[in-house]
Order: sequence, then C-alpha cells, then structure tokens
Amino acid sequence: MKQLLVSPSPHVHGEANTRKLMRDVVIALLPAVAVSIYFFGFSAIKMLVVALVSCLLVEWLIQKFLLKGECTICDWSATVTAVLLMLNLPPAAPWWIMVIGAVVAIGIAKMTFGGLGQNLFNPALVGRVFLLVSFPVIMTTWTTPEGWFGASVDAVSGATPLAFVKEALKNGATVQEIFEANPGLSWSQLLFARVGSAGEISAIALLIGFVYLLARKVIRPHITLSIWISVFVFAGILWLANPARFVDPVFQLLTGGMLLGSIFMATDYVTSPMTPKGQIIFGCGIGILTVLIRTFGAYPEGISFAILIMNAVVPLINMYVKPKRFGRK
Amino acid sequence: MKTFSIGGVHPADNKISADAAIEQFPVPEVAYISMSQHLGAPAEPIVAAGDKVKVGQLIANPAGFISAPVHSSVSGTVKGIETIKDLAGNFCKAVVIEVEGDEWVETIDRSAEVVSEIKLEPKAIVDKIKEMGIVGLGGATFPTGVKLSPPPGKKAEFLIINGAECEPYLTSDYRLLVECPEQVLIGAAIMMKALGVTKGFVGVEENKPKAIEILKGFHSKYPQIEIVTLKKKYPQGGEKQLIDAVVGRQVPSMGLPIDTGAVVQNVGTAFAVYEAVQKNKPLFEGIMTVTGQCAAQQKNYRHRVGTPLSKIMEVSGGIPENAAKIISGGPMMGKAINNIDAPTLKGTSSILYLTEEQTKRKPESNCIRCAKCVAACPMGLEPFLLNKLAKAKRWDDAEANKIYDCIECGCCSFTCPAYIPLLDNIRLGKATVMKIMKSRPKK
Repeated sequence: MKQLLVSPSPHVHGEANTRKLMRDVVIALLPAVAVSIYFFGFSAIKMLVVALVSCLLVEWLIQKFLLKGECTICDWSATVTAVLLMLNLPPAAPWWIMVIGAVVAIGIAKMTFGGLGQNLFNPALVGRVFLLVSFPVIMTTWTTPEGWFGASVDAVSGATPLAFVKEALKNGATVQEIFEANPGLSWSQLLFARVGSAGEISAIALLIGFVYLLARKVIRPHITLSIWISVFVFAGILWLANPARFVDPVFQLLTGGMLLGSIFMATDYVTSPMTPKGQIIFGCGIGILTVLIRTFGAYPEGISFAILIMNAVVPLINMYVKPKRFGRK
Repeated sequence: MKTFSIGGVHPADNKISADAAIEQFPVPEVAYISMSQHLGAPAEPIVAAGDKVKVGQLIANPAGFISAPVHSSVSGTVKGIETIKDLAGNFCKAVVIEVEGDEWVETIDRSAEVVSEIKLEPKAIVDKIKEMGIVGLGGATFPTGVKLSPPPGKKAEFLIINGAECEPYLTSDYRLLVECPEQVLIGAAIMMKALGVTKGFVGVEENKPKAIEILKGFHSKYPQIEIVTLKKKYPQGGEKQLIDAVVGRQVPSMGLPIDTGAVVQNVGTAFAVYEAVQKNKPLFEGIMTVTGQCAAQQKNYRHRVGTPLSKIMEVSGGIPENAAKIISGGPMMGKAINNIDAPTLKGTSSILYLTEEQTKRKPESNCIRCAKCVAACPMGLEPFLLNKLAKAKRWDDAEANKIYDCIECGCCSFTCPAYIPLLDNIRLGKATVMKIMKSRPKK
C-alpha cells in the first residue's frame, strides 16, 4: 500500500528561502566589491579573503563547539557580514584588524544572542564601531583611490570628504570656500569615486545593488527612502538656515557611509522593524541622528552610530506600531 | 485593475486542466452518501435498509437551522446506514446505496433548455434553495438558504458571485463559466431576486480572459450584473478579500459580510441554484478537477455525490507513481486526503496530486525577521508574532493581536523563507482563543 503524506494546508511553498535571500544580498554587494578591488587592487582582495575566512570560521567554531547546533555557515548570512565588514574598513588597514572585527561581529554581536535572527544589533556595524573606538588611527587612515580623486586633495590625502569638510569648517572656513578650493568634492566625483572605506568609494555601485535588491524583492524601499528623505529634509533645513556653516543636503546623501548604511545595513532584516510604518519611523530616526552626529557630534560620520541606536529601539517600535488591520475602513 | 488592499501572495497558477471540458463521471456501483456535507449539524436519514430510492429523492432531513437536506444521487436499494471515514479520516454517518439503473424522480427537468424567466417569488426561492439542499460550493459548504436570509436589521445591497478561483490548479469554476455562463448568470439573478437587490457582480481574475469575454457577451441580457476583472492575487476568492476587491468595503473585525451590504456566492453555487430553482434539481452532483503535473490525465468531471474518490482516481488513470500527497481542494487551503476510499461530497472540488518535491515540507530554520509574513497577511496581522504567542500559550496577547481575524489562507507559511509552519501554530492558537472568547459570559 502506497504511503501518502498528510499535513495541514498550505501544501505548497513559495520561492523564497533564507539562503536565496542572503545570497541575493551578497550579489547586490558585488558591484561595490568590484569597484573597491578596481581601485585598491590586492589590498582589497586580501581584506575580503581575511573577512570571509575569519567570519565563516568564527561562526562555524561557535556553532559546533559552543552552541552545538547544525552548521549554519551555508546560509550565506555570515558571508553577508564578512562582505559588509570588508566594505566598512579602510582597504589599507592591517589584516589582523579584520580578524578582530570578525570575532566581534560574528562572535559577540551575532552568536552570543543565538545566531541568525536573534541578534539585536547589526553584526557588521558592531564590528566596525568596535574597531573605530579601539583603533581610531588605523580606522581613519584612508587611501585615495588612484587616478580618480584629482591632485586637489593632496593636502588632505587620507581624509574622507566628510572629515575633510568638518575639519575645514572647524578651522573657520565657509562651505563655499571649501568647495571652491576642492573641485574633487563635486557631485560627479562623489558619484563615482572618493576617499573612504572600501564600500564608500562609489555611490553608483551601491545604487546598482539597491535596485537589484528591490527588483528581487529582497527588501522593500521603506527604510532606505525614509533615511534619504529625512536626511535631505533635516540637512536641507540646516543648509537653508546658514549655507556658509552647513553643507548642502545632496553632499550629505552622497558622502560617507550614507548609501552603504541606508541600503545594506539599516535594511538588515533581523535588526529592523516588522511593519512598514515602523520601518519609516526607524528610517527617519536614523536619518535625523546621522545628520545630528555629523553636524554637531565629535565624529565626522554618524550613520553607524545612528543605525545602532535605532537598532536598540526596534523592539519598542515592534511592540507599539502595528500593521494596518483589515476591517478598519 | 481591482484587487484587495492588504497583503496577498502570487503562487504559480498551474491551471493545467483548464482546457479539459466537463465530462460526466460514470455512476458508481455503490454510493456512500455522507450526512455531513455542509457546515452545521449532520442531516438525519429518513430511509432504512431495503428502501428503494430514485435519483434526486430526499434521503435525509436537515437537523437544525444551520443544516441542509441530502438527496440521493443514484437509484437503487439502500444497503444501510453506516459509519464511514471521510477523506480527512474523520468518522461520519452515510447512507449506503447499491445502485440499480439510473432512474430519476419525475419532477426534475432534464432537458438542456436554458430557462431564464424567474417565476418564483423571493420567499419561495429561498424555500426552494433550502429544500434542494444547496450549500456554498466555494469551500465552506455553508447552507445557501441561510446566507440568503439576512438576520433582522441587516439589509443586503448587492450580490457578488465569486469567480476568482484564486487557488492554483483548480479549474471547475472556470469550466462552468465557459460552458454554462448563462446558467450561472441566471443563478445570480435568482439570488438577487431572493435578496431583493438590483445590483450584482461577478468577480473573475485576469488569468481567465476567455471566461470574462463570454460573460461580458451577456451584458445586454443581464445588464444588472457587472463583470469585474480582478488582478491575479491569492486569496482573492476569500469572501472578505473579494468584497474589498470588488466594492472597496472591508468587513469589520468579527463582523459578517452582510455588514458591508454584500452577499457572496460561488460560481458553482450559482449554477446549483439555477438547477434547483429553474430545473427542480436537488444538489446531488458536483464539478471537480483531477489534476497535478504528475497526474496521468487532466480532467474536469461532473460526479455524483457519494462516488468513492478511489474510483475517480482509477478511471482517470490511477494514482501516479510519484504522487506523495493527494489533496482535495487547492494547494493553499485544501485538505490532504487521508482515506482515498472516502466518497465525494457536494463541495468536493478536486483531486490534486503533488509530488514529494512539490509538497514535502523543508526543515524549519530560525526566523530572520524579514517581515515577509506581515507583508503577505491579507488580514493585516503579524503571523510571526502570533506564531510565537501561540507556541508560548500566551492566549491573552494572541487575542489582543487579533489572532481570531486569521482566515487561515496560508499566505504566511507559503511565504516564510525559513520554512516555519506559521499557520499550523496560529490555527491551534486561534481555535483556543476562540474557545476562551466563547466561554466568557456575554455582556
């Protein structure tokens, strides 16, 4: 007699699964990786390999010997963290920095909470911020992408546009003077290549990844767009109030980790809210905090801190912001 | 193009039996006519072993207000009243009839002529529908006569005929719309008369262009019935979703469709109403699809109620070697068949064969909080949360998060990338919460 399966409905399943989603995120990051290899060559490849090996190894070891669970390194989530970590670090940083970052990101920020899906904070960001606070010099020594970012920045070689502008503003220069003296800060330059971490150098590459994620329905646009809009509006208000003192909103959007953070880190499933409305609140919080930190804080870049702070608010948002229920019309 | 406003998923269509015309399935040698073919109390048999019955003869009376009579689908001798197992493996009472010939009661009009003139008055129509044992054929098998009698204080404004057939694979409603469009429209007109409404809609999904074209061709003859083309999205055929899609009104939480002024009836039901009122034919036949990529043949059958499923499987080419699960109904909300010898019922809509690769559940992994279940839920619930609350038996919190609004459409489980059986847990939680809510003293 033939044995039949019997189970409750539904009897079929959709296309999506965790591995495919995570793999899609990695694919979306490839243009940025390619650009960073193009500009930084061997040092970028070296950092990528170190990041991959150390992230996967840390996850495998913890899963096997501490949590004693099934091997999870094939779900691509550790790969996502590794690539993000690589894109978040200066390409010329020593390799052992990456190993420490991986141990903190995977070991502390992810596995301590029980692995994928359980962590409160974005692992790659925790890794980055840990390194930034522990090794401030290494983490802010940037290499100039070769041949693209003209000679005009020779004097400030090693500073990102954000840090450079912030420093200049502190020294009393007005925004207009800084931009006139540095054509390398023009929008067209910012779109293609600029000084920064491996993942910050090309806005176009990151935007291609964003379009891919949307097209594959991996993420919805709510978080990213609400970050951009809130940054644009808030920075715009400051800029209109005093254009000599505050940089324009487009500069804010194209510089630093804004695109990498808003497209790939803030949209991390695990650490972002569950409802569209909650995601918009989350995104606006990140946008406003980022501009606040960049403009008034001690660091030139603030999106990492902004995302981590808002990560901590997510459980609260999930508790109070409910989806639009059916039957309320 | 219209559709419902919240959530939904897009399972592969797989309407591979769409071009198979409806065939009459042979009368079985023995018919097992279940007394539990409708929502509500099982019918009470009025025949005994040894009685001779004809096709269409009343063999069981309704047992209560929400119940329906049952008529014989065959002619022959009653062997007895037995306890049998239905397709899900539950026990039910059935009248077993040894078939001899095929002799119909004389009052049934068996001519092919389409009768469009509606002679009966509203009250008489409802009585006729109740007398003929018509039940909703969209899945829930709720007695149609009851649905056509709105409770005091509630007034119907329009009738919506559900031709969405949003479940993958199923094609029985489609075949009816293509082969008997006018009968379906007359059935709708009859129910509109019974309800005293002047506006009717037939909602059909865009993936059935032929049916839409044919129905629109009848516009001049039935101008009061509007054909609404709907965007393809599951669960469009859910009663609440269909009302939202067609007229843009939402049934309130814990409310009834009639609260929006809508009465929804399935295409199959409209056809059955036509046959009952215009042709005096009780509901003892149904239209069902036999399908699946692995099925030997793609079929749409008109079957006599009480025909063993195994007989239908045998005639249509046998159970495929690689079929791992057989489903009665669609793949999203249908029931897995546990007993292939169970008889067909009024509401049996399909035999669907799925292979292990198509249907076997994959091992569940951690929730990655992707919120795809929240986006997919057509009721605006948070399946991930309800799943967690139900597993933790936190019934108060589950109630506060409206677990009782769940329509069990399966979008959440379908979409979950971690293969978490969300609906399994939510279904259990919902049942428990509903029980608790019912046990509370009424204010």
